[in-house]
Amino acid sequence: MDNLNALLDGFGAVLTPVNLLIALLGVTVGTAVGVLPGIGPAMTVALLLPITYGMQPTQALILFAAIFYGGMYGGSTTSILLNTPGESSSVVTAIEGNKMAKAGRAAQALATAAIGSFVAGTIATLALVFVMPQVVEFAISLGAPEYLAIILVAFVGVSAVLGSSRVRGLASLLVGLTIGLIGIDFVTGQQRMTMGVAQLADGIDVVVVAVGIFAVGEALWVAAHLRRKAAEVIPVGRPWMGKEDWKRSWKPWLRGTAYGFPFGAIPAGGAEVPTFLSYMTEKKLSKHPEQFGKGAIEGVAGPEAANNASAAGTLVPMLALGLPTNATAAIMLAALEGYGLEPGPLLLEKQPDLVWALIASLFIGNTMLLVLNLPLAPAWAKLLQIPRPFLYAGILFFASMGAYAVNSQPFDLWLLLALGLLGFAMRRFGLPVLPLIVGVILGPIAEKQARRSLQLTGGDPSGLIGGPVAWVCYAIIAAVLLWPLVAKLLKARRGGDHHDAETKTEVSV
Amino acid sequence: MSQQSLTGRGGDRAQYGVCAALALLGVFVLVDASRLGAVASSNDPVGPKPAPMLLGILLIIVSVFYAVDVARGGVGAAEEGEDVDLTTRVDVRTVALLLGVFAANAVLIEPLGWVISGSLLFWGAAFALGNRHHIRGLAVGVALALITFYAFAIGLGVNLPAGILQGIL
Repeated sequence: MDNLNALLDGFGAVLTPVNLLIALLGVTVGTAVGVLPGIGPAMTVALLLPITYGMQPTQALILFAAIFYGGMYGGSTTSILLNTPGESSSVVTAIEGNKMAKAGRAAQALATAAIGSFVAGTIATLALVFVMPQVVEFAISLGAPEYLAIILVAFVGVSAVLGSSRVRGLASLLVGLTIGLIGIDFVTGQQRMTMGVAQLADGIDVVVVAVGIFAVGEALWVAAHLRRKAAEVIPVGRPWMGKEDWKRSWKPWLRGTAYGFPFGAIPAGGAEVPTFLSYMTEKKLSKHPEQFGKGAIEGVAGPEAANNASAAGTLVPMLALGLPTNATAAIMLAALEGYGLEPGPLLLEKQPDLVWALIASLFIGNTMLLVLNLPLAPAWAKLLQIPRPFLYAGILFFASMGAYAVNSQPFDLWLLLALGLLGFAMRRFGLPVLPLIVGVILGPIAEKQARRSLQLTGGDPSGLIGGPVAWVCYAIIAAVLLWPLVAKLLKARRGGDHHDAETKTEVSV
Repeated sequence: MSQQSLTGRGGDRAQYGVCAALALLGVFVLVDASRLGAVASSNDPVGPKPAPMLLGILLIIVSVFYAVDVARGGVGAAEEGEDVDLTTRVDVRTVALLLGVFAANAVLIEPLGWVISGSLLFWGAAFALGNRHHIRGLAVGVALALITFYAFAIGLGVNLPAGILQGIL
């Protein structure tokens, strides 16, 4: 019950007229920017970071929470009305959502997405209230070697488990770790990778990296392949649902939430797997399986709830351990560091007011979104028709402003350009961007924990092994990394020569 | 390692360039690490050297695995999106123009100030992306630059330079 009391205090801190106004601003701007084609939740948060620069930490966090949910909601509107989703997590929503929209049921698709997001967000945030402090309690007992092992699990998870190619994920992670290495060593004061450039001595600000990779990289990439004929937008009225739609939606909402939250909460869970699982489940359980692929409302309700619940779930490792497991959480974490807050297990102990205010504002932002989005949907849909030259020029404009404002030096704009080109190249070659951002943020922390572990043993590598928690982590890492080898061996044993193993196993099975 | 498509054999040779870049980065990290003094003290027995050493070696190893994957026909799928048409070739002219406009902003932001350089950035970028309504582009740019300057620099205390318009704004 302590948690609930703390949460009530959090509500007390948030429920002032000024703060409510900030939350309203956040959900409105978050949704508006998130709706814009080509801008996913991560880029929304990255581009809107400068708004928070002049604010108190509490108010900044309220704004973040609001932008976070607003951006998520905006993204699903785009995928329903435009079909081609901006983020991998809303791919599944787009399948049935766009079919519904084309069949003249856009209003119902948007309604089930909005209400489903609200239901899932509220339940998942409530779960966060109870789960997160438990994780913190467990995490505080961990020593440096255990913490290092957990970070390594997150590294392997984001690069080798999420995404389609392990090599490309690992390559991206290593580039991120290299960027994180730049700057003065925190113990000895020696400069690493700075090439004698004075501005690099403090390292590259994570905000600049995030804006460069997400915003500038994306704008350059789209510019190189700009669709000359803008995609067709489906007109929509005010979202509403009939009795039948409610009946078919409420169970998928709950099941989607049940899938989404746990996947979001484990490092490297992501939103892709739970949204897909939810889709498959609804297809199997539906009384109208024949409608799937033609616009079944269950196929929007379930995955959309799973997506939102997973987003709330990612806040568990983010707040309790300082581990970002999706791009949006990575940027929020970078922002927390910007306020001089140290993310990690001690955050809840040192700054309980802030953490509970953040969680309370998640509830408030979520509720505001529901109230705001049902009547405003037609207005959001109009935003989809913004002329593309203005849209991408605007992204570059705000990206430049945000990056310059971090340290007020033109040097950061050159860095932004270089990182934008890196982001461009990564999109061209199919390298995932999430491992890079996670590497930049967690790399320095991992090194710090490793050196702290070795301090205890005077440099003897045995200091890295740690206790049972670390053993479990290393076992997981070994299993993930060695899995393709094991799979190949198993195949080879069953089918002889591994080169045509695939055809042979097909025959033998 | 992954073998997404064995059909596209020899397809995307440019990927070897990525492998080479990774290997070069690895070598660079190692060279940079080798000039670090090995400072060891009781509260930091390993010093700043092992982390970049390990990283450099891993970069080179991954670049080799990457090259093997490419040689076996592995292709990284280019990212798709709402406004992305992957059937077209890279539009070099648009990208070069954007880079030029972006660089101009970096050069001009301090002498001319954000309001002027930002307006030019927006107008130039919109032009590069195919906008031919010059007046409208410039008007939107100036409006955005003024709004952001007043809201952020003056309202929120974010540092944006006033430049030559100092005292007028």
